Amino acid sequence: MPRTGIAPSDGIAAHGDPVLELVCPAGSLPSLKTAIDNGADCVYIGFRDATNARNFAGLNFDAAAIAEGIRYAHDRGRKVFLALNTYPQPDAWQEWRAAMDRAADSGVDAVIVADPGLMAYAAATHPQLRLHLSVQGSATNYEAINFYHDHFGIQRAVLPRVLSIAQVEQVTENTPVETEVFGFGSLCVMVEGRCALSSYTTGESPNTHGVCSPARHVRWQDTPQGLESRLNGVLIDRYGHNENAGYPTLCKGRFDVAGENYYALEEPTSLNTLELLPRLLDMGVKAVKIEGRQRSPAYVAQVTRVWRQAIDLALANAARYSVRPTWSAELAKVSEGQQQTLGAYHRPWK
Amino acid sequence: MKIALGPLQYYWPRLNTLQFYESVREWPVDIVYLGETVCSRRHELRLPDWLEVADMLADAGKEVVLSTQVLLESGVELNTMRKVVDNSRYPVEANDMGAVRHLAGRPFVAGPYLNVYSKPTLDVLAQAGATRWVMPLEMGRNGLQRLQQDRPAGMQTEVFAYGRMPLAFSARCFTARNRNLPKDNCQYVCMDHPDGLLMQTRESQDFLTINGIQTQSAHVHTLIHELSELADLGVDVIRLSPQSQHMEEIVQGFRAVLEQREQAGAVQARLEPRMPAAPCNGYWHGRPGLEMVQPHYAGVE
Repeated sequence: MPRTGIAPSDGIAAHGDPVLELVCPAGSLPSLKTAIDNGADCVYIGFRDATNARNFAGLNFDAAAIAEGIRYAHDRGRKVFLALNTYPQPDAWQEWRAAMDRAADSGVDAVIVADPGLMAYAAATHPQLRLHLSVQGSATNYEAINFYHDHFGIQRAVLPRVLSIAQVEQVTENTPVETEVFGFGSLCVMVEGRCALSSYTTGESPNTHGVCSPARHVRWQDTPQGLESRLNGVLIDRYGHNENAGYPTLCKGRFDVAGENYYALEEPTSLNTLELLPRLLDMGVKAVKIEGRQRSPAYVAQVTRVWRQAIDLALANAARYSVRPTWSAELAKVSEGQQQTLGAYHRPWK
Repeated sequence: MKIALGPLQYYWPRLNTLQFYESVREWPVDIVYLGETVCSRRHELRLPDWLEVADMLADAGKEVVLSTQVLLESGVELNTMRKVVDNSRYPVEANDMGAVRHLAGRPFVAGPYLNVYSKPTLDVLAQAGATRWVMPLEMGRNGLQRLQQDRPAGMQTEVFAYGRMPLAFSARCFTARNRNLPKDNCQYVCMDHPDGLLMQTRESQDFLTINGIQTQSAHVHTLIHELSELADLGVDVIRLSPQSQHMEEIVQGFRAVLEQREQAGAVQARLEPRMPAAPCNGYWHGRPGLEMVQPHYAGVE
């Protein structure tokens, strides 16, 4: 059920902040409102340009939409984070700096940053601005996270999707910085911020252009052998007549290795960590993030609703918590390739 | 410009690795980066062994730098990184901010995975102690030109100029996956592939190279045609990444072009059959990295 208002529940700590925040994606104002209506504690958004890692056509926020989004969230006691999480390119530093100024002026609750230079600028110019280390910052260990804490006072780190659950615990125990982990969404098989496969293929990557396997390089073609998906001419996959075709994210195609054709890097699959919720709570993880600013408001509604119920149940009684079949069924409908995995949290995945 | 031999990306048998570095003593390289940067399960050489190799190369007049692992996840990996950083004999290439923190202000080389794309970030690393930085693989001429204009005083610049490019890192081992083995029982199958395991598209286009948890380009990045541009931009060091065969010829070829004893075109024609795959240089020209922009020499297409 949609959660309205900020009625205190078991999940609200004394100072008003939830024990475990549900952080949901919004690629548009309707998605932001949908996320909040369905129980998101925080929503993360981006400007409509290359300063964030979901720089897709028709997506993201202009100044008016941000103002309205923040008003909508704050009126309901929720937060808005702004992702400024690409790397300022050599000839465009001014653009990123101006984006940081706009973010600070807009009244967002935190800015999600990957680039140390940009963090240094924010810490010096907008010392009151709360900084979260983006997953694009590639901090996979507490030494790295503490570097950003020592130098720029970051208050939260979003952990890359390569850590096992034990490693998440080790990080969380050894840093004063809050940790945020991915709970659901498209699975990145590579360490975020250290993957140039997309620019190798298309010239544009998350680090440089805020995109991975960008749509403008995608071509679909029906051939006698089947439906082919290409990225800048490179054949990513070919589908038989009985197969569902998926978006050609280049690490999720089928390739030939040692005489065998298979998903050489990763299957089209979604990360789903619902069953880990009690452990995440127990180890003191501060927030669970849902991936998918590029997805529709319907996706945001569905995923937010399920995770709100799950978190509320886990907060109310972690010992009796279990994943409800209805949640899994709901999430399966919006999963990539209709498949879900625990990913790196679960050691055998590696 | 100096020539550096980058850290070995592959897992070779101990004897091969030692023989390789023994021969490096005689090669015209100025700097040698040593150490395991890819996977902590690889153990043919451990830190004390690498330090012995380092001593041998230092005795031969090489500048030695110890490289830290790129992806640091476990406590064991952090401890290894600390031991590398705390070695009292050789400077360190930091490939993760965790290593930068542990360096605590000591001078270091900022590796290519610290994501230096802008002047303010280069300043941050300079303040942390970096005296040399390695340009990110996906940066090109225009970006470097901009960063060279106002790099911090005393900061040297190094550019990856030859080899299959390490493009991505994962918690998953793709070589073990190819053999249907779990990573924890990988049986060190990456040792079967001294230049990585080729990954092709369904129409037999060379695309990527699997190297354990690392994914490399299938094509071999080379800036042999662009060395004069690098010199004009004030690049201090070019990095050549080791391959299992013919590496000495590669080094000699680059040296000959640097010293203007030979034309790049002639050297490249000689080296191309010695490369494990076709060349590429797209990143330098602001293109997709897998592309090869052919040089336009005066009078020659």
